[in-house]
Amino acid sequence: MSGVRVLVGTRKGAFVLTSDAKRERWNVSDPLFAGWEIYHLKGSPADPNRLYASQSSSWFGQIIQRSDDGGKTWHQPGTPPGEPTTTPEGMPKGESNKFVYDTSPETGKPLTTHQWYDGTPHPWEFKRVWHLEPSLTDPDTVYAGVEDAALFRSTDGGQSWQELSGLRGHGSGSSWAPGAGGMCLHTIILDPSKPNRIFIAISSAGAFRTDDAGKTWQPINRGLHSLYIPNPTAEVGHCVHRIAMNRSRPGVLFMQKHWDVMRSDDAGESWQEISGNLPTDFGFAIDVHAHEPNTIYVVPIKSDSEHFPPDGKLRVYRSRAGGNEWEPLTKGLPQSDCYVNVLRDAMAVDSLDKCGVYFGTTGGQVYASADAGDTWAPIVRDLPAVVSVEVQTLP
Amino acid sequence: MIRVTLPAHLRKLAQVDGEVKLDVDGQVTQHSVLDALEARYPMLRGTIRDHVTHRRRAFVRFFACGEDLSHEPPDSPLPDAVATGAQPFMIVGAIAGG
Repeated sequence: MSGVRVLVGTRKGAFVLTSDAKRERWNVSDPLFAGWEIYHLKGSPADPNRLYASQSSSWFGQIIQRSDDGGKTWHQPGTPPGEPTTTPEGMPKGESNKFVYDTSPETGKPLTTHQWYDGTPHPWEFKRVWHLEPSLTDPDTVYAGVEDAALFRSTDGGQSWQELSGLRGHGSGSSWAPGAGGMCLHTIILDPSKPNRIFIAISSAGAFRTDDAGKTWQPINRGLHSLYIPNPTAEVGHCVHRIAMNRSRPGVLFMQKHWDVMRSDDAGESWQEISGNLPTDFGFAIDVHAHEPNTIYVVPIKSDSEHFPPDGKLRVYRSRAGGNEWEPLTKGLPQSDCYVNVLRDAMAVDSLDKCGVYFGTTGGQVYASADAGDTWAPIVRDLPAVVSVEVQTLP
Repeated sequence: MIRVTLPAHLRKLAQVDGEVKLDVDGQVTQHSVLDALEARYPMLRGTIRDHVTHRRRAFVRFFACGEDLSHEPPDSPLPDAVATGAQPFMIVGAIAGG
């Protein structure tokens, strides 16, 4: 019988929530990597037993963890549990936490600086992995979006990482600047119809696309309008919070920007606002129904300083029209005194019929809907603050 | 034999209990102790100092013999008591937050 596995990253560890396809009764794991910030976990579409996790702390930096058995056991890639961590020659088997930015091959110096909050040049400094995106076809290939913003790729199951530095080096990197949460590359979307096409998004630089597997990149921000930057229609500098795609229609993208919900029908070449009747168009999370590519979900947040739902009511908004016309989904969600946030990577959908929708809050709740958003119930109420939610639909 | 103490998170990563005991070739310095520690426990690379620059991570401190050695040059000799194993070289996570 099929089922679902919900992978939850929190400020103090990871949790795996499992259920059968009815999605009524849930098992909640003990904390994994307890005490560490888990920005993201994600399973390989090519092998559901292969999971990757980003484990980090301000004290001790970045660790990459991998499971080859669906989350039962974990190890740092290159150092399987119980085996020696070094080769007979004494060399480490893997350096899975080593993220080193490319330098100029001519001079050996950094490729570029970025702008600091005050506009002065600032060197790139690796802080953490925000998002891990496994390849659609190869379990050993995985992409990592990091802070300070850059894209890395591993082709050996997370043992070693190489930067796709054409992104930072495409010309605008020196003008990128951090948002309030840091200068992070938080969204990676692999196009299922074009293997060399990847979409990424950076706060606060904007969205970018490659059509040659990461060698060259172009900004795809035409149509975005951001009043909080000096040039509201600049080619880069927009604070994109999240982009989502339905795999059956990869040319159509939906974006939750700092303010504004946007849509592109031409793979990011141009964007149109679809905020419509939302009570506020600020927010972080956005996702698309697994089977209805015109059905999208957002969680409106009051403002860029008041990071909680308007009126203390936690409402998911659904549009079945691809935007502009939105309906609040409230059944089972708190409708008074609720002041949590839903972060950008904390919403996901399963591919069962009916489509399941999941999101986690900074208050530690993970809510699930087994009927495409009509009704909701908490899977668990009292986790540490939830940073990310991913779902695997299991055979 | 050099004795090194690690914070709890790093003991768990390295899968060790209690102190770590290391043989260090040549002069006993922060640099040589950390080289030996990372050679023995490669999963700790990058968690105490930067992979490339070898700069100490900001929230990690070094103590020995009741003194804060965090800001000492990494190639300065550590106290004799550390070099002889009488006292441990302590790697400590900074206390931050409540």
